[in-house]
Amino acid sequence: MTRDEIYEKVKGVLVDALGVDDEEVTASATLRGDLGAESIDFLDIVFRLEKAFNIKIPRGEMFPEDIFNNPDCVKDGKVTAQGLQLMKERMPHADLSTLNAGDDIEKLQFTVDTVVNYIESKVK
Amino acid sequence: MRWIWIDKFIEFTPRTSATALKNVTLAEEHLHDLYPAFPIVPNSLIIEGMAQTAGILVGEARNFAEKVILAKIGKATFHRLVRPGETILFHAKIGQLNEQGASITGKVELLSNIVPDASAPDVATEASAPDAPTSALSENLVAEIELMFSHVDQNMAGIEFPEHNFVFTEQFTELLKTYRTNTSIEL
Repeated sequence: MTRDEIYEKVKGVLVDALGVDDEEVTASATLRGDLGAESIDFLDIVFRLEKAFNIKIPRGEMFPEDIFNNPDCVKDGKVTAQGLQLMKERMPHADLSTLNAGDDIEKLQFTVDTVVNYIESKVK
Repeated sequence: MRWIWIDKFIEFTPRTSATALKNVTLAEEHLHDLYPAFPIVPNSLIIEGMAQTAGILVGEARNFAEKVILAKIGKATFHRLVRPGETILFHAKIGQLNEQGASITGKVELLSNIVPDASAPDVATEASAPDAPTSALSENLVAEIELMFSHVDQNMAGIEFPEHNFVFTEQFTELLKTYRTNTSIEL
């Protein structure tokens, strides 16, 4: 499956899960900020991706909430050095190049590209 | 008044599907509130009936250990009104289920559609299987509903909730006990 094919399928999943229009789903669109995803939507997206690509997505693999909720990793809303290290290890599908220790966790945004990268790694 | 919108289960296959039945009676006060002199079941309560059917199905899948909360209505398409004297069937089927929650596809239809006009075509009186194509249900199909349930203690934000299970009160679990007693099936 090519990246373009993955992208089109991911786009369909996001349109269905988030009730957004096709043209709103761009590679750089953020799930929360641009597409309005709320926490339950992430589970919905996972379910729909599993079905669309016939894969299993273990909890915390694509969206590692255990890191975000770990006070050693995110303290007072800021990413710790340990947290940043863990994110880099666990989230090779996310672009963390601009995220530094001490940054607000809100700076970390999942984009459509993040999802496509993750799926690409799963269906290889 | 008890906030319960299904009367009994007529089918319950653990971790797979459930069908609940509700008889609609003119004695229900809420029927008169939406349109005076034209009593109907509000669509919101049809969704609630589906949520209760599906919520018990999802809860039973984990032996009622989780607090199952309706978290999202992905789709709710209504095809006809439901009026007093009619019997609603709520078919719920688990799409996906994991430690965080479940997705449900639901179909609501009428058990029978009694038409007073003798010349009117006869309509099906038997409930259709949850997977039956929509086109075959056109007479009795009330709604198609997709729901998401969250196991709220497993929420992504890590928010903590009271330890006791405030979702599955006795009035809900009794429905399943009654079904099990009536069918004498060990689920």
